[in-house]
Amino acid sequence: MKKWFSRKLAPIIMVAPTTVWMILFIFIPMIIVLIVSLVRKDTGGGIIYELSGNGYAEMFKIEYLRIILKSLWVALEATVICLALGYPFAFIISKLPKKYINFCVMLIMLPFWINSVIRIYGWDTLLRDEGVLNKLLMSWHIIKHPIVMMKTEGAVLFGLVYELLPFMVLPLYTSISKLDNSMVEASADLGATRPRTFTRVVLPLTMPGIFAGSIQTFIPALGLFYIGDMMGGARYMYIGNLINNQFGSGRNWPLGAALSIFLIVLTLVMMRQYAKVGNLEDMA
Amino acid sequence: MENNFSLSETRSVSGENIIELVDVVKCFDDDTVVKKINLSIKKGEFLTILGPSGCGKTTTLRMIAGFEDATSGKILLEGIDVADKKPNERDVNTVFQSYALFPHMDVEKNVSFGLVEKKVRKSEISERVSKMLKLVMLDGMEKRMPDQMSGGQKQRVAIARALINQPKVLLLDEPLGALDLKLRKQMQIELKHLQKSLGITFVFVTHDQEEALTMSDRIVVMNDGTIEQIGTPREIYNHPKTRFVADFIGETNVFEAYLEEAGDGEIQFNMEFGHCRLPISDFNLEEAVYICVRPENLRITADETPNFRIFGLVKEHVFIGSTCKTLISLANGMEVKVTSPQTDALFPAGSTVNIYWKPENGVILHRKADRVYDIIENAVILEG
Repeated sequence: MKKWFSRKLAPIIMVAPTTVWMILFIFIPMIIVLIVSLVRKDTGGGIIYELSGNGYAEMFKIEYLRIILKSLWVALEATVICLALGYPFAFIISKLPKKYINFCVMLIMLPFWINSVIRIYGWDTLLRDEGVLNKLLMSWHIIKHPIVMMKTEGAVLFGLVYELLPFMVLPLYTSISKLDNSMVEASADLGATRPRTFTRVVLPLTMPGIFAGSIQTFIPALGLFYIGDMMGGARYMYIGNLINNQFGSGRNWPLGAALSIFLIVLTLVMMRQYAKVGNLEDMA
Repeated sequence: MENNFSLSETRSVSGENIIELVDVVKCFDDDTVVKKINLSIKKGEFLTILGPSGCGKTTTLRMIAGFEDATSGKILLEGIDVADKKPNERDVNTVFQSYALFPHMDVEKNVSFGLVEKKVRKSEISERVSKMLKLVMLDGMEKRMPDQMSGGQKQRVAIARALINQPKVLLLDEPLGALDLKLRKQMQIELKHLQKSLGITFVFVTHDQEEALTMSDRIVVMNDGTIEQIGTPREIYNHPKTRFVADFIGETNVFEAYLEEAGDGEIQFNMEFGHCRLPISDFNLEEAVYICVRPENLRITADETPNFRIFGLVKEHVFIGSTCKTLISLANGMEVKVTSPQTDALFPAGSTVNIYWKPENGVILHRKADRVYDIIENAVILEG
């Protein structure tokens, strides 16, 4: 009896709370989103329970397609910039003396402890036309008229990079610090110059980190609607705001749900790819 | 330590030096790891740097490879100072302790790595790779990934990957350390044969004295950042020049003694547990010395011996296969090891015995100074 308890029942009891949590707050909401995406919209918002493919069909309207493609493009830009900034950064951190490494990693983690909406508001204070930076530059007579920084596409890109850089750096750091230095030495020993060592040995062996970082940057970059809202303003629409709008002023729940499903599927596909590359990590 | 055979004593090595270390010092922060060593490595020889962990042997090897810069001193490769040359610009290759095979490349890509860097023609690369893999008996394994191979196979890939570049010197950093005993013995012999047939200079780092004796043309014994002795395996084993070398290489019994003039004008070695008379002249009276005698060179007898008055009690016999090891405790509690063929039934445990050795088998070292006298040399002088 006791044995049966410890072998069969105990594990079930231990995973039960998590399972219940997952079912209540992840699985069921997903099912709801899936259902909403497959029914007809009610003109005043809300839905009519009648099977319909309109939500998905509407996604392919040219104005929505344009928004989706632009969102993918901005997310890609943000990811590439994060990678370009994050890789050397992570590389340098991993080569620091041990006592500085924890400090640097802590600096990267620090922004996580402050609500990101508040941090984005902080940028607004600094960067808007009558913001701190413009006022300073004008009082020093460097510029006559304020430089328009906020409410531009550049601001959105900047906000995304700012927000997501830690998500890129941490997996990169993990991957690079795992790289055995004797690999680099062996490559040099066999006649490879530093750039050649980087492309033939370091880059392939840190590829799992690059994949992980890119996916962890790209996926949120698609969905961070408040950055588009606050830094881009109403003029620029991204998939995040689009979804947000459909459940509000847009009053088209099935379209919002369909777009959400599209994002979820895209995420799952990328996670699947990552899992495949993850196997590579065992070898490194 | 009976198997002090060497595979290599007959090998001829040209007198030309391929590597020279001149007053080389290496410091890490405040820690001086290599303390002003001088070493000449001859072209075509199998040189082993032997020492306990932390003695600076690996650091020395890494300085030759170019992974570490010498703090001061010069390293010459074929007479040219290589201080400014990066590892990829030096004509040496390394076999790493951990093998350091590239995990994302198969055997063929690993082995061809250096040739690709040298921009050798593709057809020539594949020819040389297959030839090299045949040499290390890995033909047919071209497409294997490193994580699909055993330790011994990875070792061979690492050796092939280094040797295919036809380096002037091959540096091996404890390459056999991770292998089990049987495989290690086999690889020792294979490596030795490989070195002989290719004629490439090998610099081999190990802490395993048996490995060093088996494979080397010459051995450099290092301790605490300095070179204790350089010599052939036989010299190192039979004529250690310092107490450290005597202790580190093989088993040895070390007797502390001081010299005194006996009444009849002869010199007597007094010890806590007895005395002996040995024919030497080059030591000062009252001087403290060590006498080192290998267990296989000690003899025991029940009879009195003219020049030796060292008595002990047989404690026990340990059968170790080809020989028998006898432990004898002396008057001051010191334990002496004697190995001999299995004839020790003559002296059962508890019997009192007299210990002696042939004068030429005992090595006498000054206790303080580094300078060392070897009893053979002195014996010859006396006879002459």
